[in-house]
Amino acid sequence: MKKEWFTISVYAENNVGLLNRISGIFLKRHINIESLNVSKSEIEHVSKFTIVVNTTEDWTRKIVAQIEKQIEVIKAFYHTDDETIYQESALFKIASHLLFDEPQIQNIISESKSKIVTVSREYFVLAKTGRRHEIDEMHDKLEPFGIMQFVRSGRITVTKSEMPITAIINEAYQS
Amino acid sequence: MQTVKEKKTAKANKKSIRISGAEAIIHCLLAEGVDLIYGYPGGAIMPVYDELYKFQDRLEHILTRHEQGATHAAQGYARVSGRVGVAMATSGPGATNLVTGLADAQIDSTPMVCITGQVPRHLLGSDAFQETDIIGISTPVTKWNYQITKASEIPEIMAKAFYIARSGRPGPVLIDITKNAQFEEIDFVYERCKKVRSYQPCPKTNPEEIKNAADLINNAKKPFIVYGQGVILGHAETQLKEFVEKSGIPAAWTILGLSAMDTNHPLNVGMVGMHGNYGPNMLTNECDVLIAIGMRFDDRVTGSLDTYAKQAKVIHLEIDPAEINKNVHAHVPVLGDARTSLELLLPLVKKNKHQSWVNKFKEYHEIEYETVIKGDLHPTKEGLTMGEVIEEINIASDAKAVIVTDVGQHQMIACRYAKFKQSKSNITSGGLGTMGFALPAAIGAKMGAEEREVVAIIGDGGYQMTIQELATIFQNKTAVKIVVLNNEHLGMVRQWQELFFESRYASTVMTNPDFVKIAEGYHIEAMRVKERKDLKQAVATMMASKDAFFLEVCVEKEDNVFPMIPSGASVSDIRLK
Repeated sequence: MKKEWFTISVYAENNVGLLNRISGIFLKRHINIESLNVSKSEIEHVSKFTIVVNTTEDWTRKIVAQIEKQIEVIKAFYHTDDETIYQESALFKIASHLLFDEPQIQNIISESKSKIVTVSREYFVLAKTGRRHEIDEMHDKLEPFGIMQFVRSGRITVTKSEMPITAIINEAYQS
Repeated sequence: MQTVKEKKTAKANKKSIRISGAEAIIHCLLAEGVDLIYGYPGGAIMPVYDELYKFQDRLEHILTRHEQGATHAAQGYARVSGRVGVAMATSGPGATNLVTGLADAQIDSTPMVCITGQVPRHLLGSDAFQETDIIGISTPVTKWNYQITKASEIPEIMAKAFYIARSGRPGPVLIDITKNAQFEEIDFVYERCKKVRSYQPCPKTNPEEIKNAADLINNAKKPFIVYGQGVILGHAETQLKEFVEKSGIPAAWTILGLSAMDTNHPLNVGMVGMHGNYGPNMLTNECDVLIAIGMRFDDRVTGSLDTYAKQAKVIHLEIDPAEINKNVHAHVPVLGDARTSLELLLPLVKKNKHQSWVNKFKEYHEIEYETVIKGDLHPTKEGLTMGEVIEEINIASDAKAVIVTDVGQHQMIACRYAKFKQSKSNITSGGLGTMGFALPAAIGAKMGAEEREVVAIIGDGGYQMTIQELATIFQNKTAVKIVVLNNEHLGMVRQWQELFFESRYASTVMTNPDFVKIAEGYHIEAMRVKERKDLKQAVATMMASKDAFFLEVCVEKEDNVFPMIPSGASVSDIRLK
C-alpha cells in the first residue's frame, strides 16, 4: 500500500495527559507526526486535535481505531487532503533594513499575499497563511536575504463532510 | 434524563461525611465492594495505610514482598473471581515496580485498579524524594490513568476508575494521589459511575451482521471456532457450549480462552498457536469459515499472517472495535460482547453435525498422540517429563484445580495437557509473557477462590523472579500448591537456541539453589522428586495437604516442547519434532 497524507481529527475531553496518550499511539508504531495542532472545537469543553501523518491508509485506520479506544476520546476521523479544507500559518522575522536595501522583498510580500504584522527599527514580522507548499515557496524566496526567525503552525483543517460530534455526545448521554 | 441541577440536588440530599482524602479512598474501595487489596507501604502513601490500619476488619491488606507481586496477585484474584483486583504502592520506585503488572493486565485485559501515592502537589516536578512521573510512565500500559491533586476529586475519580477497569474490554487503571490530597478533608459522598460520555464500553451488536454470520455458518462445510478470553470475560461459557453443540462445529482455545469450555468436551479439539495442537493449527488453513470468538489473532496464534486461513471466510465476534481488521481481515465483523452476540446467533444457527470434518481433527490427533503426546504423558525414557507431572496433577485434582502458570516450556505443556471442568481456572501470563507471574498470581487466585485448589506450575527460571512472595504465602497461610518443574535451564530460550541458534546456549544454563531448603526456610512443607516412581505419591501428598506445599520435580534437562510453529512460519508449517 502506498503512503499518503492523512489528516486525523480527534474530538476529546480536555484533560491533562491526553496528548501524551495520543502521541504514544504513534510512538508505539514508530510513525512520525508531521504536524499537530490542539485547539478548542465547535463544542464547549471539547478539544480538537488535528494530526497530520504520511503513511498508508491501513496504518491510519488502525491508529484512528486505537485513538478512539482511549477513554477520553469522543470520536476520531481521518481524511485525505481532497476531503478537507486545510491551512497552515507561518511567521517570518526579518531585519528591517532589508525592506529598503532589497526592493525584491517588497515584491515577495505582495506576491505571496502575506501581511506585515509589526515593524520596528530592527525587524519586521510577516504573517502568511496558506498551504504548506505556498509557505515553503515564500520561505525559499526570503531565505537568501536572511531570515532572523521562522515558525510555522500545525495544520488546521475543516472537513467537507460532517463530523457529527454533538449527535455522538447526545447519544452517549441517552443510552 | 436528570438535569445537572437535579443531579446536584440529589447529591446534596445524600448524607455527606467530613473525612480526610485518605479515609475517602477507603470508603471508595468499600463502596466498590473491595474487601481485599495487595500492596506495599511507603512515604507518599502512608496516610492511606494509616486508614487501612483503622479499617482492617473490613478491608484486608495483603503485604506482598515486592510491588510487582502485588500487581500479579491482584491479577490472579481478578482472573479467578471476575472482580476488580486492587494493588497499592507508594510513589517513585513503588510505582515503577507496578509497571510490569500493569502491562500484563493491559495486554491480557485484566480488570485492575492500582493506587499510588505521589509527592505533595507543591513538590510535583521538583525531583522530590521518591518522585517519579508515574502518569507518564504508565500511560501506554493502562486503559486509563489519572493524577488526583486535591481531595475533592477522589470520589468521582475512584468511581470512574472502577467503572473503566471492569466495563467493556477490561483493563488496568492507575490512580496517582498526591500526599496533600490524602491529608485534605472533604465532605464525602459516593456515587458509583455508570457512564463516561466519551467512552462506549460495549458497542451495539448489528442484527444484520448476526444474520450474515449465521448465513455463512449454515452454509459452511468445514467451519472452525477459535475462542479466546472474551468468552470468559463476557460470561459466555454456556452460550459457547450451546453454540458448539447445536452447530456441531469443532472449537479450539487460545491460551487465555482455555477453561472457558470443558477440555473433555468431544468438540473441544485443542489449542491453537505456536505450541498448540496439530489438528487445530493444520486445519486453520483448511476450514472454510473461521469463527473467532473473543480473541485477537495474536502473532503467537496466527504465525505468518500472509498464509493464515486465507481460504476461509472470517467471522469475528469482538467487543473492541480496534481489534476488527487489526491483524486478520474479518469478512463478517460482529461487534458486541461475546454473550450477547452468541445469544443472538444461536436461534439463527441450524443444527448440524460436521462428522467427517470433526473426524479430520481426530485423525490429526492420532498422529500427534503417537509422535508427541504419548511420549510427553507416558514416557518410557528415564528422565521425568513436564507432561507426566501435569497428568498426575489432572488425576489427583480430578481436573478441578485452578492452574496458575508462569512463562515458558512448563506453561505451554500445562496449557496443552491440563484438564479443566470449570471456567476461570487457567491463570497465566499470555500476551506479555511475564516470567515471575505465577507465584504471586497464585496467591491472588487462592484468595479469590478460597474453596478451590490452586496449583502454581512454574519453571526454575520464573520462580526465582518473584520467589520472595513465599514470605507472603507463609505470613498469610495461603494454601497454594507450588510445583517447580526444574530443568536447570531457561528451557524455552534454550529450546530456541537448540533449534535456531545451533545449540549455542547463551546464558540459559542455571545453577540453582536448594529450592526445598528455601521453601522450608519460609516454613512451607517441601518435597523433591527425582524419579518417576516417587511422582504419584508426591503429587498425592501435595494435594492432600491443607496448607501451602512446595514440590520440586527435577525433569529432563533438554526436552523440547512440540508441536511448534517456528516464529514467522505458517500455522500449517507446524513441526511435530
